Amino acid sequence: MANTAVADPESGLSRAELARRYGLRVAGERPPLGEYTRRLWAYRHFMTAYSRAKVASSLSNTQLGQLWQVLTPLTNAAVYFLIFGVILSQNRNVSNFIAYLCTGVFIFMFTQTAVSNGTSAITGNLGLIRALQFPRAALPITVTLVQLQQLLMSMVVLGAIVLFTGEPVTWRWLLLAPTLLLQTVFNIGLTMIMARIGSKITDLKQIMPFVMRTWLYASGVLYPVALFRQHLPHWAASLLEWNPPLVFIELARFSLLNSHQPDLVSSPPKLWALGLFWAVVMGIGGFVYFWRGEKEYGRG
Amino acid sequence: MAEQTLPLNAGPVIDSGRVPTVVVDDVHVIYRIHKGASGGTTPVSALKRIVSRTKAPNIREVHAVKGVSFTAYQGEAIGLIGSNGSGKSTLLRAIAGLLPPARGAVYTQGQPSLLGVNAALLNDLSGERNVVLGCLAMGMQPDQVKKIAPEIIEFSGINERGDFASLPMRTYSSGMGARLRFAISSAKKHDVLLIDEALATGDRKFRVRSEQRVRELRDSAGTVFLVSHSIGSIRDTCERTIWLEGGVLRMDGPTKEVCDAYEGQK
Repeated sequence: MANTAVADPESGLSRAELARRYGLRVAGERPPLGEYTRRLWAYRHFMTAYSRAKVASSLSNTQLGQLWQVLTPLTNAAVYFLIFGVILSQNRNVSNFIAYLCTGVFIFMFTQTAVSNGTSAITGNLGLIRALQFPRAALPITVTLVQLQQLLMSMVVLGAIVLFTGEPVTWRWLLLAPTLLLQTVFNIGLTMIMARIGSKITDLKQIMPFVMRTWLYASGVLYPVALFRQHLPHWAASLLEWNPPLVFIELARFSLLNSHQPDLVSSPPKLWALGLFWAVVMGIGGFVYFWRGEKEYGRG
Repeated sequence: MAEQTLPLNAGPVIDSGRVPTVVVDDVHVIYRIHKGASGGTTPVSALKRIVSRTKAPNIREVHAVKGVSFTAYQGEAIGLIGSNGSGKSTLLRAIAGLLPPARGAVYTQGQPSLLGVNAALLNDLSGERNVVLGCLAMGMQPDQVKKIAPEIIEFSGINERGDFASLPMRTYSSGMGARLRFAISSAKKHDVLLIDEALATGDRKFRVRSEQRVRELRDSAGTVFLVSHSIGSIRDTCERTIWLEGGVLRMDGPTKEVCDAYEGQK
């Protein structure tokens, strides 16, 4: 009886031939890009549920709980305002400095946290990766979705700050939606790149805070963007206009701040074109780059 | 238990085509381990290492599986035995496609699922929420999950002593956690199911139920691999057993013969 379960009847065939005859596939094989995308789409419910669960669990052992989702951006804005608005009084050249500053801080934080959490998207989820087989791209996307939920909270705070500082509500507020959409796609792509690099080079996590801080200063968050053109050589200022976080920050300011209209770093059509460019390039590029490494994740 | 399994084993399981589901072809698995802090942890020694271009001392390669070959067929339950560190769990991971082999190849039908003791779930979330997440992670559709979630909680038996399903998983005992995880992973029909010590932590009652579940899975044309140190449960559930020692296949045959040899050796 049980003996028969052991002998190899197809002794004439090599194991590889036997596998081929019955249509077995190599375990852990990387699917083609189209198939991979389809599988990833099938996991969309997992990604939304997982990101919601992460947001819920991240604050579950604090006293104030979900209130921190609002308190964190508020505190952040208060600290930056204290330093750059009151102590250094940068607000000489900007008509509504606090709203200007908060828009920049919140939009930049979205990219910043997505990137820094993205570096550990693979290394921080090794348990899940080694236990279950699913398209790994779900992990960096989840990281971005978690940050997006926190950003939406910040946007509520920001809306209140903007109104409180006397900005009018205009139709342009609606443009915040496409702005955030473009930035989300950009962030997903960037997070995927960071996740793949971070899974190989574990030292990256130590370096990222410095990279991000440099990027913060190059993104016109804390001071008027007009300073770029006043103090930098022409080529450097033109180059900085391409800086993706700056583009998204200026788009958000364009949408929310009536007072900032004359001081935008480039014209609105140019900003939209750049935003779209970055979203498409980073979104597709990051996805393809991440997919190419699919087999390596979870090793060693 | 033995009375229940006998008729299954004696039946003409083998005649139905003998379709291979897992083909393991001369597989070697080598993985790198970061040992963490050990000798030479000062900044100076790290710099010296970089300058002299020697390999970091805290990375070590472990050759865990050394050239294992076998073929598993539909409807088989295969036990994997061997002492600690003999490469059983590593082999399962390679079959699941989670650890690519350094040499050789693993061919599988469909996507094997690995059920380990520490399959990651979110400890800060309630059991219910973990059930939903776990099912979605296995690729189920949301409406399917809604239907199956109460059954999973019921099967795991975590609500036997009050409403534990709505409490965070970190409050569970290790047995309860393992039961819930097993209940989740076994809720789906798998072509190939790999179970790594997951049945060991449950109590007697749960073990009986889970062994029954393993048999059901196997009967629905799946192949089940079971890693366990409890030879009793291997004898109860598996008709074929593979004995690994030091990453090498020592013996592959009917459970009775292999287990007798394994126990005789000690």
